[in-house]
Amino acid sequence: MPTKLIINCETGEQTEVELTAEEIAQREADAKAYEAEQAAKEAELAAQAKVKADVLKRLGITEQEAKALLS
Amino acid sequence: MANTYTLIASSTVGSGGAATITFTSIPSTYTDLLVKASLRNNRSAVAEDYGIFFNGDTTSGNYSAIELLGSGSTATSRSAYNYGLLTVSNNSTANTFGNLEVYIPNYAGSSAKSASVDAVTENNATEAYAGLTARLWTGTAAITSITIDKGDSGVTNNFLQYSTAYLYGISNS
Repeated sequence: MPTKLIINCETGEQTEVELTAEEIAQREADAKAYEAEQAAKEAELAAQAKVKADVLKRLGITEQEAKALLS
Repeated sequence: MANTYTLIASSTVGSGGAATITFTSIPSTYTDLLVKASLRNNRSAVAEDYGIFFNGDTTSGNYSAIELLGSGSTATSRSAYNYGLLTVSNNSTANTFGNLEVYIPNYAGSSAKSASVDAVTENNATEAYAGLTARLWTGTAAITSITIDKGDSGVTNNFLQYSTAYLYGISNS
């Protein structure tokens, strides 16, 4: 069972407490939301890369040549 | 060290690891707070950012952070509610830890709370991280508890044994 470490500053006592079912559920929900967010970001980056590659292909130039044109 | 710099509490993670580290019942008698920590976690990565949360509030919308990050090869700026506290993860050199400190001025005041973080990770390879982060919590209550937490990693992410955290109180007189 996952635990949390709690330090009481008044007493200096350090205790390891098992996460409650609610805390575990919340952490798992947060993790799923994070994974979904990361997947969306990766999909957006992949889409941008595809658009870029398609434009370069239509223009018939390499990425390096495109950079030289824009510099 | 100046006598206005007082160790309030300290902790060391035991053999079972810990998902979070929390300081509770923080007295309001100081001017500022300072957290110093040395942390390693069990995630399959070189390093991971953690957040620092106040009074049990882990709501992402109540925090913001801007992090200036160097990776050993590039420098970037990025933002997320749980960024700033760089920690070493399991893909870094064994038995190394990240080191960081968080300065929290005016923690007992009645306005939103800012915090500045400087942090580094250790790795016997090119990829290692250094970061400077400005954090803000919208809460206006005095800070009475502080939690170091990944915030988005489920229940499998743990600080490893011998990770340490210290809480200091800073007085202006």
